[in-house]
Amino acid sequence: MTFLTRLAASAALLALSAGLAAADPALIYDLGGKFDKSFNEAAYAGAEKWKAETGGTYKELEMQSEAQREQALRRLAETGANPIVMTGFAFAEVLKKVAPDYPDTRFVIIDSAVEGANVQSNLFADEQGSYLAGVMAGMATKTKTVGFIGGMDVPLIRNFACGYVQGVKSVDPAIKVLQNMTGTTPAAWNDPVKGGELAKAQKAQGADVIYAAAGGTGIGVLQAAADEGILSIGVDSNQNHLHPGKVLTSAIKRVDTAVYDAFKAGTEVEVGKTNIWDVAHDGVGVAMDDNNKPLVSDEMAKAVEDARAKIASGELKVVNYNTGNACPVQ
Amino acid sequence: MTRLPRWADLILTPLISLALAFAISAVVILAIGQDPWAALKTMVTGAVGSSYGWGYTLYYATNFIFTGLAVAVAAHAGLFNIGAEGQATLGGLGVALVCLALPWPHWALALPAAMLGGALFGAAWALIPAWLQAKRGSHVVITTIMFNFIAAALLNWVLVNVLRPPGSQDPATANFPAGTHLPTLSDMAGAIGVQWGKATPANVSFLIAIAACLLVWLLIWRTPLGYEIRAFGKSERAARYAGISPVRITVVAMLISGALAGLMAVNNVMGEAGRLVLNNVEGAGFIGIAVALMGRNHPLGIFLAALLFGFLYQGGAELALFSNIPRELITVIQALVILFTGALDNMVRMPLERLFGRRAG
Repeated sequence: MTFLTRLAASAALLALSAGLAAADPALIYDLGGKFDKSFNEAAYAGAEKWKAETGGTYKELEMQSEAQREQALRRLAETGANPIVMTGFAFAEVLKKVAPDYPDTRFVIIDSAVEGANVQSNLFADEQGSYLAGVMAGMATKTKTVGFIGGMDVPLIRNFACGYVQGVKSVDPAIKVLQNMTGTTPAAWNDPVKGGELAKAQKAQGADVIYAAAGGTGIGVLQAAADEGILSIGVDSNQNHLHPGKVLTSAIKRVDTAVYDAFKAGTEVEVGKTNIWDVAHDGVGVAMDDNNKPLVSDEMAKAVEDARAKIASGELKVVNYNTGNACPVQ
Repeated sequence: MTRLPRWADLILTPLISLALAFAISAVVILAIGQDPWAALKTMVTGAVGSSYGWGYTLYYATNFIFTGLAVAVAAHAGLFNIGAEGQATLGGLGVALVCLALPWPHWALALPAAMLGGALFGAAWALIPAWLQAKRGSHVVITTIMFNFIAAALLNWVLVNVLRPPGSQDPATANFPAGTHLPTLSDMAGAIGVQWGKATPANVSFLIAIAACLLVWLLIWRTPLGYEIRAFGKSERAARYAGISPVRITVVAMLISGALAGLMAVNNVMGEAGRLVLNNVEGAGFIGIAVALMGRNHPLGIFLAALLFGFLYQGGAELALFSNIPRELITVIQALVILFTGALDNMVRMPLERLFGRRAG
């Protein structure tokens, strides 16, 4: 009798836990790591928001090596996680291979477009957010020199730089934009010391506003800019609070919203489509809050709002670096 | 000093070192409030508990065999090649260029060509430091490590500006044509009717790695060139007196070393990824140093050490992916293994020697 009840109880428990596990969404962070104060952390914030609201649980994995991408996707799919959300364009090729093998699992990829009946793609108009940041930098500079510090020299970051330069030049074509990349290995995404040194070097060349699109490296850029008494611009997440009154704004990318939406929709998440997150859909933009209020003049706020409206309506086209593999302005 | 019996030297010492490393790792895992037994179980079942785990373990091991052999050949000539990382990076470029150059009809044709491409590029990358060492006395340790950074920068530039398909965000080449896809070990097992390791990256390169072990053994211990390399490594002055050209041996040993490192790309670039991505070597060049150290620069030792590190890599990945143990701890475990089997080797060896000496006396 006791044996039977225990058996029944454990069977019920097993069924229950299996049922729960099947409904669990999962999130995979790219190589930069979960707490990069930027791209991956924005995804984490979205997942945590969903968790706080629904009380649900989710699985999460941090990538450690290139060969693990496929491994991680397959293992998660086999444990029944659904949907599986992944951050970073580097997953695109692997997802193309893996997705057809698990037709019942829904995959959501951020920062890349992958075709597939069970895949939702999310593309962000990084150049538009950077353009708005560029407009603000162009208006804030007194030395007529601004800076850009990228992480690794990859097309994604060149697109950020390109949008930024277009924004700066829209204010005054005579403003000089200094551009540096942190490095050529993935360590460039997480090298705040070098980021700080680059910021100081750009300041020495006259820059008084520096935009960092460099993941964890950006923390060092923002710190050095604050120490040197010049302005900085954060990226991906709202980083205005890191140095209140010293960070002009942050070019935010609503990765958190994309993840939150996917988690909320759960197994019913829309697939076979590509979401475009641009300024019109509030997917990208610049962060305005109490921390940077003293830095933003009414004139500047108005200029940003104008540019935003024009981009949203299609009147103003910000060139995407990747369409022609080149930037119209330097 | 009594000499240890050969079996104790080759098997007992590393095993005791390993046990010590794992014991200290267990203490560390306990200290952060996790269960070391569960951790060990996750690692063992994840790495060798299934054909799936083996597929990954052997894939990593293949990389480490190539880089371990590369370091070992240079070490026999008394040269410390820290540049296997950069040579493997360039080897990847060579393999990618070969794979993309022609619409290969079958992998059996593409593989020898790709091997040649990888070996040539790897060797060429080792040539400059070798020449600088031989002719100018610029220390190979310094130059090879600097060449790692140059290789990373070069690959980055080539991928972003030259080989990237237009419009693609990902700094990687296009996918290689289907005719270059190497059969995985599970394909090969399937061909003889055995169900083994579905969807794992271990591929035919593993067999090439084993062949490379044999060839390196033949080269070092059974050929005049190998004799010259060893003589030069033991004593440069004696070798010179015997008429061995230091310039020739330095350059030749480094070329072979670089070629072996470059050959690794057949496994990770051609076999696994099917395209060339940034950061494809992922530190295997540096692991090769530990593998060669632990394997005492002998191909058999390197094979076993590479298997161990393959196990640590795959087991560590499972641990990081599917437990609450932070990923930094995996690095700690790997470091402890390197520390005990490499640097603290004498700590185990000397008491053992005393023990065996007493028994013999």
